[in-house]
Amino acid sequence: MPKYLLIESRDPFDSNDTRFCCDLAQQLAAAKNEVTLFLVQNGVLPVRPGARSADLTSLAGAGVRVLADTFSLKERGIDEQRLASGVAAAPLDVVLDALAEGAKVIWH
Amino acid sequence: MADKKTITIAIMDAPYEDARSTTTLRLIDLAAKRGYNINVFAYEGAVLQPFAAQTPHANAVHGRSVEEENHFIPKDAIAALMREAERNGGKIDWVNCGLCVDERGATNAIAGVRRGSPADFWQMAEASDNTLVVATR
Amino acid sequence: MKTLSIVENAYRATLEEQDDTIVWLHGAMKGAGADLALLLRGNAVNYLVQRQEAGGLAFGDWRQTQPPRIASDLAALAAKGVDICYVAEDVTDRGIARNELINSAQPVARGAVAELLGRYDRVWYW
Repeated sequence: MPKYLLIESRDPFDSNDTRFCCDLAQQLAAAKNEVTLFLVQNGVLPVRPGARSADLTSLAGAGVRVLADTFSLKERGIDEQRLASGVAAAPLDVVLDALAEGAKVIWH
Repeated sequence: MADKKTITIAIMDAPYEDARSTTTLRLIDLAAKRGYNINVFAYEGAVLQPFAAQTPHANAVHGRSVEEENHFIPKDAIAALMREAERNGGKIDWVNCGLCVDERGATNAIAGVRRGSPADFWQMAEASDNTLVVATR
Repeated sequence: MKTLSIVENAYRATLEEQDDTIVWLHGAMKGAGADLALLLRGNAVNYLVQRQEAGGLAFGDWRQTQPPRIASDLAALAAKGVDICYVAEDVTDRGIARNELINSAQPVARGAVAELLGRYDRVWYW
């Protein structure tokens, strides 16, 4: 199964274009690809349960693995134990693992 | 080493402008610790990342001397990453886009940085297990 | 390896560079034998508009004589064998009519982008 890792460094409070990553992740998952959305930098800001976290939860429900960079969470004082449903904390190693495995890794 | 990988990363940001720079350095650090070979193609402002004339400064607002402040200097971080890769049996091949260097007068780079062109980026990507583009905005 | 480059960022330092540096980069890589395709999305779809005209800038007594000509650069890239496509809805959303675009670019529906990505060995995002 082809693997994709989409790295989202933007956040929906600042950029309307986070829609692109969510839509693409959903399309790729629907087409039977293994898809991870990795949130990094300000990309982690919507992971607190709140106004903009529902998209991430529904993405997880659509079969996309949604991960948030542990350092970016810590840097912003976001508690790893209190993330929106469907989102898990993960180290940046996930990106390197995906590159090493030959996944298509796309930085947005 | 059977699982030794070669990864190419293209970066475009000038130092001190965006979180992408430090995230990319973190990624290179992880790869260096694994003993991977890492190719970096620095395009546009990123050619200033290993600019040799970067100098640490004291910070009066923080109330700290040069030594106490221990300011983050990208060229020193890059040199440290090169040493880390070597210690673990890997190598960082850092290529600065030559025309980008000329435009910015950034010819004075740290040791281990070489001048190249988009053809080098393509060849590095072709010879790598994978390539990540970290574009600027 | 066949590589698809997605280009989103538009008009960033194009007046200084006298081109778009990502389009330029792809021209240089194509010259080095790369097998490339471009997908323009977001604001970069405006690069396909033929009537872009950035000439006439002057700073004091310095005049810019070689302004960026991005639509022509893209047409030249297509003539060299680089497939160029764009997200159709991104053109429509910006009120751009298809007949304003260069001929050598093909529309791709937003919902077909994932399928397009699957046709390439590598995907880069600029």
